[in-house]
Amino acid sequence: MADYEIPELKDIPVIPSIKEGAMAHSAPFVSRAPFQEKLGYPDELVDNWQEVAIEKLGDMTKKYRSLKVFLDSCVKCGACTDKCHYFLGTTDPKNMPVARQDLLRKVYRRYFTLAGKFFPKLVGATDLTKEVLDDWYSYYHQCSQCRRCSVFCPYGIDTAEISMAAREILDTVGVGQKYCNEIIGKVYEIGNNLGLPGPALKATLEDLEEDVEDDTGVAVKYPLDVQGADVLVVTPSADFFAEPHIDGLIGYGKVLHQAGISWTLSSHASEAGNFGMFLGSYDNMKRVAWRIREAALDLGVKRIVVGECGHAWRVAYQFWNTIAGPFDFLDPNYPVPQHIIEVTHDLIQRGALNLDPSANDDKRVTFHDSCNVARATRMGNTPGGQFVLPREVIKASVNHYFDMAPETIHDSTFCCGGGGGLLTDDLMELRVKGAMPRMQALNEVVKENDVNYLAAICAICKSQFTKTLPYYNFPMDMIGSVHGLVSEAIQLGTKE
Amino acid sequence: MSMLTLGYSVLFYFAAFILFAGLAFRIYTYAKTPSPLKIVVTPAPTTKAGVVYRMWREVVLFESLFRSSKWTWVFGWAFHFGMLLVLLRHLRYIIETPWTWVNMIQPFGIYAGFLMLLGLLGLWARRILVDRVRYISAPSDHLMLAMIVGITATGLLMKFVSGTDVIAVKNFMLGLIYFDIQPMPEDPILLTHLGLVGLLMIVFPYSKLLHAPGVFFSPTRTQVDNPREQRHVTPWAKDDVS
Ligand code: SF4
Ligand code: SF4
Repeated sequence: MADYEIPELKDIPVIPSIKEGAMAHSAPFVSRAPFQEKLGYPDELVDNWQEVAIEKLGDMTKKYRSLKVFLDSCVKCGACTDKCHYFLGTTDPKNMPVARQDLLRKVYRRYFTLAGKFFPKLVGATDLTKEVLDDWYSYYHQCSQCRRCSVFCPYGIDTAEISMAAREILDTVGVGQKYCNEIIGKVYEIGNNLGLPGPALKATLEDLEEDVEDDTGVAVKYPLDVQGADVLVVTPSADFFAEPHIDGLIGYGKVLHQAGISWTLSSHASEAGNFGMFLGSYDNMKRVAWRIREAALDLGVKRIVVGECGHAWRVAYQFWNTIAGPFDFLDPNYPVPQHIIEVTHDLIQRGALNLDPSANDDKRVTFHDSCNVARATRMGNTPGGQFVLPREVIKASVNHYFDMAPETIHDSTFCCGGGGGLLTDDLMELRVKGAMPRMQALNEVVKENDVNYLAAICAICKSQFTKTLPYYNFPMDMIGSVHGLVSEAIQLGTKE
Repeated sequence: MSMLTLGYSVLFYFAAFILFAGLAFRIYTYAKTPSPLKIVVTPAPTTKAGVVYRMWREVVLFESLFRSSKWTWVFGWAFHFGMLLVLLRHLRYIIETPWTWVNMIQPFGIYAGFLMLLGLLGLWARRILVDRVRYISAPSDHLMLAMIVGITATGLLMKFVSGTDVIAVKNFMLGLIYFDIQPMPEDPILLTHLGLVGLLMIVFPYSKLLHAPGVFFSPTRTQVDNPREQRHVTPWAKDDVS
């Protein structure tokens, strides 16, 4: 199946011994000319790249308090060293969060601190050489920016911030990552990550309406570009045709249909995902987010609801108000933005949905907390609502629910292994190995509770697990959307 | 005035200047560097008061460290808590008539020195024995530990083995404070102790010891989780692209 070793799932998780250079060969394809330009980056490594990179680093430490404080404050306590799924799965020491940070920190120290200027050897400072640059490219693309390390660091040092900054520097000197940059280019040109043009989207949604009507006998609508609808739903484009994402989209439609909410999708903003965040590029992130504001204004909606997508929800929840706000033109009675889980949860609480969990009696379900949802957002009004609400929605839709081990869920959740712009075939080895900690926790509940369904609320998690589950001898269709479960349970024609 | 007294006086004035000016500059830099985005790690408090409580737990109990590594927490906390008591105890060398509470903690402060040493040696052992921590350690990480171990050990030596003329030490210290230089006692252990302290003060603002002020400026911990309720904007991030 693969020319590398698939990590073994152990009964009790163990911290591996380090193996230097174990993943030194891993690097994603480099972005080519047309894509770089669209994002405002040079086509290839610029001649004076050293100068440019160092200047950019200095500039960013003045613009981002996080970067400055994080580069200064690490005490090398080692508390984070066993927290990264990529380290646990690959055993490469440079995948330990602090070692990943050090790749940038040692250059920062050399050029921007007194100790590093005068005693580089003593404090582990080094010049920015081509080898260092290559290391950056390799290892900052072995970080899914999942922030698990930050939870466990006594100073909250967030390696995601460091790897975003490093990628921004890499892009600035002309070494971009093909997968991410190509996708952002598609968003600018076509409107979504998958490059699905408006007419094709319309046709897809019409097909979907037919399928759902055939299936249920009820004419559930999946409207596109409806002027004056109350709710604009923005969802990852994978929801339009990838499996099992589409079951989620079908679910949103059924929920909104039963609740009698007028809603629409937008062809201008047919993508919730925002890969600008993965690049650490404020400008690109803002440009991508701005489309959603435009769509909301254009269509004259009152609310914006975001579909099942982890990093999109982070950008929406934490950043939209800053980079695409203020949203004073929307209905102030609803949070902006709202997550589809919040909407469904609220409707369940108010008794507006008729769910029959026995429709899912063939399933024994567990839930994968997606990293961005878990550690960068909230749902509802209480801290931790992001753990409670999805589980309550699931439990209202299924009879058999089991949590995975406590140290692998909630804010200790393990990334699926494909987040942060790494969901590309050229990083397959990394993705398989990085999935190991999650697979291990899953294996436990499979053995103990006969779990046969892994529910998630993130398009990247769903795609990643579809690919990686088989490597660990689980069926690929074990992964599903939370709203896929709702979709099965909802009794159409009984409330509306 | 002997060369020795002169030397140590200069050292302490210089060290104090570097420490305070350096720290002030750092804190000023951190404070004025913007946080353009909300990046708080959730679940997080939704109010300022909640953040104060979160930071209290972080700074006093080392909550995150407790979650991540029990051994590092035990040693780290023993070291820091021991050091706190020891430092408070030392107030009596720089205050003419120490406050009652400073007198009351004296007996605890003395044994806290052992707690400190135990913590330090534990942390050092981890740095050498655990392959992951060994990998991330630079020579300066060992040196820093050596320095603080040196300070602690010489302090304990003076207290429990050789003794030193504390009245004279106090006179020297008060002399520095009131710009009325008094002779430095010529006790080699004391000289080592104070020499290392001076050195540590100088290194502080240029080293990883910056984690002390840094933790109060770490956006992932100090921000309030309210991005939907309150628009967060910083000056450089204001301009619209469209
Ligand atoms: S836990 Fe934080 S302070 Fe400790 S080594 Fe990791 S990044 Fe550095
Ligand atoms: S953010 Fe996640 S992927 Fe990146 S170093 Fe930390 S734990 Fe690893």
